[in-house]
Amino acid sequence: MKLLDQIRFLLRITRTRDIIRRYFVVNGFDGALTMLGLVIGFLFSGTTEVSVIINVCLGAAIALGMSGISSAYVSEAAERKRALGKLEEAMITDLSDSAHGAAARGVPLLIALVNGSAPLALSLLILSPLLIAEAGLALPVSPLYAAVAIAFLLIFLLGVFLGRIADVSWLRSGIQTLLVAVITATLIYLIAGR
Amino acid sequence: MIFVKRLVLDVLKPHQPNALDFAQAIATAGGNYRVRVAVLEVDEKTETLEVVVEGDTIDFEAVQSGISDLGGSLHSIDEVEVQSEPRSG
Repeated sequence: MKLLDQIRFLLRITRTRDIIRRYFVVNGFDGALTMLGLVIGFLFSGTTEVSVIINVCLGAAIALGMSGISSAYVSEAAERKRALGKLEEAMITDLSDSAHGAAARGVPLLIALVNGSAPLALSLLILSPLLIAEAGLALPVSPLYAAVAIAFLLIFLLGVFLGRIADVSWLRSGIQTLLVAVITATLIYLIAGR
Repeated sequence: MIFVKRLVLDVLKPHQPNALDFAQAIATAGGNYRVRVAVLEVDEKTETLEVVVEGDTIDFEAVQSGISDLGGSLHSIDEVEVQSEPRSG
């Protein structure tokens, strides 16, 4: 609880709570859409072993996670360092031992973690029917179709989340993001499915 | 034994944490402090505060440390009230 309070405090003094939220949605959306594209691609490719699909998708998910962590860390560390430097200039004092110094070191790590874990977590959720099927458990529908359904659901939920942040209709916002997923699936069908 | 009962400090701090966080952090530096923070001046990145701390035995070092932990900088001690304890025997 104390750690959570500390994190909240650091996010508040650096005013980065909205940045974290934005990173979560943007990279989570990237992850979900990438998995949707891969799974639909495999669906159109005909019969492929589930283990091969899992390996390909997991590889992409891990790469997305690592890319999210590293890119966010590098850019946010630079931003926080710059902000701290400007604040030190205004205060005419070294702030490295203060809460601002701690925030400049800790907030980039936190943002990187969120940015990397969002696509990884969403990808794993989308891949869960395939992982279940690979484990030998029977599903009522094809694992690939179930994965597509979960991807659509998660993308819709990301839209709902955005709608609640913006305080607009959650349904409309959910449908908007769902529409992006439908357009993506249609494009894949038109380009790769024939 | 001399006890510090009241301090009026001139402090420069960044906009964040806000005055409430600041006052709370100073209050937690001691057991039974009463803290009043007034924002006197606001600049682009900083604020000048008048911090009044009242208590039975104020630990100045702890108050100063609380201020610097939050990124503040103590500019001056503008008022002090101390009380000596009558010597026994």
